Amino acid sequence: MRNKYDKPHDSVKEPLIHLVRRVDIPASKAWMIRIICVLLGMLVCALFIMSITSLNPVSVYASMFSGAFGTPRRIWQTLKDMAILLCIGIGLAPAFKLRFWNVGAEGQVLIGGLVCAAWMITMGGKLPNALMLVLMAVTAMLASALWGLIPAYFKSKYRTNETLFTLMMNYVALQLVEFFVDVWDKKQSHSVGIINGDTQSGWMPSLFGQQFAPAVLIVGALTIGMYFYLKNSKQGFEITVAGESENTARYAGISVSKVILRTMAISAAICGLAGFLEVSCVSHTISSLTAGGRGFTAIIVAWLGKFNPIAMTLITAILSFLSRGANQIASDFNFNTYASSILTGIILFFILASEFFINYRLVFRSKKGKERAE
Amino acid sequence: MTLTSILAWLNAAVTFGTIIMLGSVGEILTEKSGNLNLGVPGIMYLGAIGALAGAFFYENGNPAPVPFVSMCISLVCALIASGLGGLLYCFMTVTLRANQNVTGLTLTIFGSGVANFFGGSLVKLSGGVGQISVAAASSAYRAQIPVLSTKLGIFSTIFFNYGFLTYAAILIALGAGFFLNRTRAGLNLRAVGENPATADAAGINVTKYKYLATTIGAMFEGLGGVYYVMDYIKGTWDTGGGIEALGWLAVALVIFTSWKPISAIWGSFVFGICYWVYLYIPANISAVLAKLCGNANPSHMQNLYRMIPYLVTIVILIFVSKRKRRENRNPQSLGISYFREER
Repeated sequence: MRNKYDKPHDSVKEPLIHLVRRVDIPASKAWMIRIICVLLGMLVCALFIMSITSLNPVSVYASMFSGAFGTPRRIWQTLKDMAILLCIGIGLAPAFKLRFWNVGAEGQVLIGGLVCAAWMITMGGKLPNALMLVLMAVTAMLASALWGLIPAYFKSKYRTNETLFTLMMNYVALQLVEFFVDVWDKKQSHSVGIINGDTQSGWMPSLFGQQFAPAVLIVGALTIGMYFYLKNSKQGFEITVAGESENTARYAGISVSKVILRTMAISAAICGLAGFLEVSCVSHTISSLTAGGRGFTAIIVAWLGKFNPIAMTLITAILSFLSRGANQIASDFNFNTYASSILTGIILFFILASEFFINYRLVFRSKKGKERAE
Repeated sequence: MTLTSILAWLNAAVTFGTIIMLGSVGEILTEKSGNLNLGVPGIMYLGAIGALAGAFFYENGNPAPVPFVSMCISLVCALIASGLGGLLYCFMTVTLRANQNVTGLTLTIFGSGVANFFGGSLVKLSGGVGQISVAAASSAYRAQIPVLSTKLGIFSTIFFNYGFLTYAAILIALGAGFFLNRTRAGLNLRAVGENPATADAAGINVTKYKYLATTIGAMFEGLGGVYYVMDYIKGTWDTGGGIEALGWLAVALVIFTSWKPISAIWGSFVFGICYWVYLYIPANISAVLAKLCGNANPSHMQNLYRMIPYLVTIVILIFVSKRKRRENRNPQSLGISYFREER
């Protein structure tokens, strides 16, 4: 006798699409999906630019390519953009792996940059440049680490919401920078201009005749170092465990609050280093725009790259190309540079969506499926 | 300090507070469904540019634009633009199961890009020159209630000195409070945010509630952007990133009010007072403070006073987390997406 559970469910309609979780997807297929999504995103970007300019899709990308890689100088500019963004992302990776939402990179970069600018303005020309650079880098990292330790301390002690805490610290840092800019500015122009333009004291020397080469090299080394720190060191393992489950970590004898404080100090210190590189090697000035929103973009870089420094490098490469390219188009057609934020947003949405298609398979309702069910 | 300057301060605080009140009431609704939308600044941007673009296309080339019509067009455009932002967020996090924080931050980058790009280029794209300006719509938004706003002396100055969106914002906050605490649908929404699995088992359509709460919340946030662009900066555009800071303050206000829309009313005005305090610190106090900061120029001290709203937020955040009261906590499933089959 058939009981009621054997009957086909006539009343329940099978949904048009249902999701099946993919258990093991080969790495090659996952990368195929990612590449297709990025290409689709680039297509949408091209459509957007077409709609506001008279360019066709090919000339859009030709013009963007020339903006990012057209001359050696432009290539170095793109590499420099990549290096600073990647540096911040590398700094955020350990914090986010711990599930500590450090939204305060913006402020940590500014504090690092502010300390460097303070050295350059007050001690410019009074110390040998090599000593000056070492002092700048060390104090910038220390100051930023302290800045980052404040929310970490309250998080570990009272479980204070770190997302908001670090976010608010950004604005405090921003006002601190504006205050010192006004203090140091002798011309009442709300800007300190290029610091030590004549003596070049506190400027990173150029390598192989390239101004940005030292920043690129330092960040490259840092990226490799972070890869091994997260993957092979005891501390990296502790971050992984405490990030996945605090209870497991506690059970294994890991002091979670110690891990929070240590990781956040490292994270903020690297963001401070990014501030040092920006001030000493790239712009030689400090302003409220020194971080320029990259503290937020870097969060997305770290998260989408799954804290894997190699994947993060690829994402920063795409983003830096898009923003340089968009700026080229903006200057060709006399638009403002926010076009690059639009393109960044579009491409990030597509990369975010790609994760869904990697993790799930869509199964459509079909006649065959229905027969099998019966 | 004179009475006039105190009144000016209060007016500025209410105007400022209205923007973040709308933003935070929208975000409270969103967060009550368990969605932590860090895209509030982006959605406020979308609402602002929607309103500006709508009014611009109506007023541009129109010799005698009717302010009321312009206002209605811009309101509809703003609601559509910000609602689409909320839908995009829901599509990414609920349907495509992306991480909520990352989606929100991406939405903020995208929204600020769209708004600042078109805010700066709309005139140029339509073949004109100069700064964008929608005077007619802005005048309709800033129109004050007749009689009440002039005849009651100081009472008028304090309470009736604002455009209609200020009162709409208070009504929206009261309505949201009533909805969450006194209606069946509000109870269901809170259940979805606290424990979606239980809500699902009780027959509540979790996906529907998340979509609706987030999209309607986004529309309120968009109204905050409308108020900013039409009333606060009077129908023009500035690419200085003003909305972004306000959007983050709206997110902060959500925690400040411990997810209660009605507290958002006074909370936002307190934030407004904190925000503008830098203009109203008396000169003699400022001189003393400047001495304490290593003989700084008193005129530079404003930069430090502008930290006050953020510092106040931080102190309150610490205080609230120290007390650990149960009813002040965030919705339990906040930030965690719900998938029925992955319980």
